[in-house]
Amino acid sequence: MGWLEGRFEEGVITTTLEQAINWARESSMWPMTFGLACCAIEMMATGASRYDIDRFGAGAFRATPRQADLMIVAGTVNYKMASRVRRLYNQMPEPKFVIAMGACTCGGGPYYKYGYNVVKGVDLIVPVDVYVAGCPPRPEALLEGLMRIQDKVRAMKYLTKGQPLENLIPARSGYVQLPPELETPEKANEFARRNKERATPAKA
Amino acid sequence: MTAQEIIAIVKERFGPKIKAEKLDAIDPYIVIDPADLVEVCRFLRDDPRLQFDMLNCISGVDYCEPDPAKAAKAGFEPHLEVVYHLSSFVKRHRFVVKLILPRWKNNTPGQLPEAPSVASLWRAADWHERETYDLVGVWFTDHPDLRRILLADDWEGHPLRKDYVFPLEYHGIRGR
Repeated sequence: MGWLEGRFEEGVITTTLEQAINWARESSMWPMTFGLACCAIEMMATGASRYDIDRFGAGAFRATPRQADLMIVAGTVNYKMASRVRRLYNQMPEPKFVIAMGACTCGGGPYYKYGYNVVKGVDLIVPVDVYVAGCPPRPEALLEGLMRIQDKVRAMKYLTKGQPLENLIPARSGYVQLPPELETPEKANEFARRNKERATPAKA
Repeated sequence: MTAQEIIAIVKERFGPKIKAEKLDAIDPYIVIDPADLVEVCRFLRDDPRLQFDMLNCISGVDYCEPDPAKAAKAGFEPHLEVVYHLSSFVKRHRFVVKLILPRWKNNTPGQLPEAPSVASLWRAADWHERETYDLVGVWFTDHPDLRRILLADDWEGHPLRKDYVFPLEYHGIRGR
């Protein structure tokens, strides 16, 4: 357990208050019951027994923003809904976190060009902590997003303000493993160049 | 009853008020003047041979080519059409009535073209007309409650018009 500083005899442990608070907070992120479109179906699947977001302590979907710490914006946000989303965000108590779930909330998605009524990314309305890509994202992807939020909570310096922030280390999921052809920037550039060549149609 | 017979019955009653007809379309239709719409629709609904007791939908169509280079080849003059799809549960037949409207009333951009409301004949027309007004911009006179149904009340313009310009900003939210 990361938050234990030391363990002396049976039943005696030490920790810092800050770590204990962060541990408690990350282990019970309460999301708001709130879905806007098809991504919400996937969010419900994440909450149901097969994927079970409750394993990570985020299964208590609260029906009011005043009891929630986490807003999962699941689905297309249109201009008419934007003011309501912002109001819900403002009603949540601090500290609060936002996951932008799916392509529409990340940047407009399929509605980017011809969606006259769609907000091109929910980050134009509320500050977003974690973007989850996909259309819609798999439940695993949403769980990964939740874990990233937990990493962020773990790095919070609430009591010892002014201390330099540690690097965010994705504790549960680890770093993203890149495939061998993308390991170094040089290799990645080479890969992109080759792809581009392959995409150019051969001259007749 | 076939579309031919329906058109024959309507013609027998209204004759010159039917401006055009097309039988070989998938949905055969007649074109009438907006001023005659309520009269013709009431006949279609109440005549015992026709009994169109259901209005399936009202569609607004914008015939417009915003690109001036392609406009000459488009094959139509810019105009709006309002299409009424009718069907009868009793007689089990279908029919289409069309209105042809100018894109703007008196050719003044901003002044919506007008058509009479048929909400007094079919209740379904109420929301369909609101939607047509909202997205295509047709003003239905004597509609009981004509306001936008999908977009926000303070929205500007009618988005399904071909020459609609997307908003750059809405209540402080950047548009693109």
